Amino acid sequence: MKELTLGTLIAVLEEMFGQPLFWALVVAAGLITLGFIYVLVRDRSLRSRWFLRAELVAPIGAVAAIWFVFFITRSGLGDIGGPIDVIALIAIGLAGAVGLTFLAYTVQALTGRRENAH
Amino acid sequence: MALTLSRRAFLTASAGTSALAFAGMGARQAAAQVRTSAKIVIIGAGAAGASLASRLSQRLDGAQITVIDARQRHLYQPGFTLIAAGLKPADYAVSQTEDWLPPDARWIEERAAEIDPEAKTVTTEGGTAVAYDYLVVAAGLTLNYEQIEGMSTELIGKDGIGSVYASPEAAEATWREMDRFTDQGGVGLFFRPATEMKCAGAPLKYTFLTDDYARRKGNRGKTEIVYAAHSKSLFGVPIVNEKVRMLYDERGFDVRYEHVIKAIDPGTKTATFTTPEGDTEIGFDFINVIPPMSAPAVVRNSPLPWADRWVGQGYVEVDPHTLRHRRYPEVFAVGDVAGVPKGKTAASVKWQVPVVEDQLVAQIAGGRSEQTYNGYTSCPLITRVGRAMLIEFDYDNNLVPSFPGVIAPLEELWISWLMKEIALKATYNAMLRGRA
Repeated sequence: MKELTLGTLIAVLEEMFGQPLFWALVVAAGLITLGFIYVLVRDRSLRSRWFLRAELVAPIGAVAAIWFVFFITRSGLGDIGGPIDVIALIAIGLAGAVGLTFLAYTVQALTGRRENAH
Repeated sequence: MALTLSRRAFLTASAGTSALAFAGMGARQAAAQVRTSAKIVIIGAGAAGASLASRLSQRLDGAQITVIDARQRHLYQPGFTLIAAGLKPADYAVSQTEDWLPPDARWIEERAAEIDPEAKTVTTEGGTAVAYDYLVVAAGLTLNYEQIEGMSTELIGKDGIGSVYASPEAAEATWREMDRFTDQGGVGLFFRPATEMKCAGAPLKYTFLTDDYARRKGNRGKTEIVYAAHSKSLFGVPIVNEKVRMLYDERGFDVRYEHVIKAIDPGTKTATFTTPEGDTEIGFDFINVIPPMSAPAVVRNSPLPWADRWVGQGYVEVDPHTLRHRRYPEVFAVGDVAGVPKGKTAASVKWQVPVVEDQLVAQIAGGRSEQTYNGYTSCPLITRVGRAMLIEFDYDNNLVPSFPGVIAPLEELWISWLMKEIALKATYNAMLRGRA
């Protein structure tokens, strides 16, 4: 890459996913994050019961993310060739794990509140 | 791969980051435009022509940009290897030319027939004379199959004859032959022409991929892989050549040096090569034909080519660093047709186009540009499905890694494969729109 600026990166990502899907994903990620911040502010704490349950799905997120990347690139664990490959794999797994944890917590917190309201 | 990581990071990003992103886009579009009424003609709407048209239309206000190209189809040529490896369908590499040209550019859907740099006109096949103030030659190159005796594009996909380069459909037909060959076994014959060529890594990649399929199918034992190199080396960059030589040795390829393709006989399934010891024949069950290449006739027959370099191939005589013509200062060449020692790849185009853009805009504005091209080119050299070496080098045969200390250039890595598989076409498309 000559100049990997944010503008270039967005242009590339738009081409990769298609413009509508890319921005839909960005909005979805933004909404989940906003939802998470909202329940944190609302509850003024991180509810450990929800968080523990959310953490339980983290490995699923990690495996799903890695499987997804292997699937779309027709590759597998046997193709891991050097340290950067391992780092990339861990990063992909971590992103999947963290993403799903946040999602799970937020969903529990939002739906849980509704149940309480009843 | 940095892209994939960033994508992941992006997916978990906060709304704040999105706001920042919008701010970044705004800054890019706010770059000052130069007002001009200059007539700019670009011959060719391929990777170089389309990218340059997009960038010039962003940089210039009022310029008349005319693109001359008869082809309705735009081809993503870096995808041909993936098609020929059975990983993508033929339409993966096909889009429409009109989708990539900026709306304010005029597209003449004809072939350029004549270039007169003295009168500053380009005449199309239909006889329209187009006058220019500035000319950018981005006409690509021509595949000269007829220069191999007995060969024609009609043979591709039959009798074990493949040719990745000819078209997306030819690449797909090549895959069918390679797939059959790796099922049955026999002799696989690979070579490259002695002329300048597009992506000198492609013949090497396809040899690796054929070997990989034979291994995966458990048929490597009954498969012989012969690589006939046209010179005394496998690759022009010495450090890369040594690495490829080692890998070819490891994979058990039979390498023959100083073999220049002369003829192919589809009936007897033999190829004839010229060697220092005279002609020699090699039989094949599968062959990947890469024809001699040259600049297109319109350029070759114009006053633009070098007189003393690449004789007969007709590449445009440009300064290797500014890509400006050495005799006609209002003429530039970019992409495959440029007479420079390296870089007939899309990666080179990505590096060349901003240089030509800046040189041209500075010339129009009456100033000078400091931007120069150092011969950068890049080749994700696939060594098997799932791994590639990201090789980047310049005019001086130096390795110039984009991610030094992170992605090792001569190592077979999964991350380099990921880049080829998912990030490259997106980057290419962004480049065509003048956004990367």
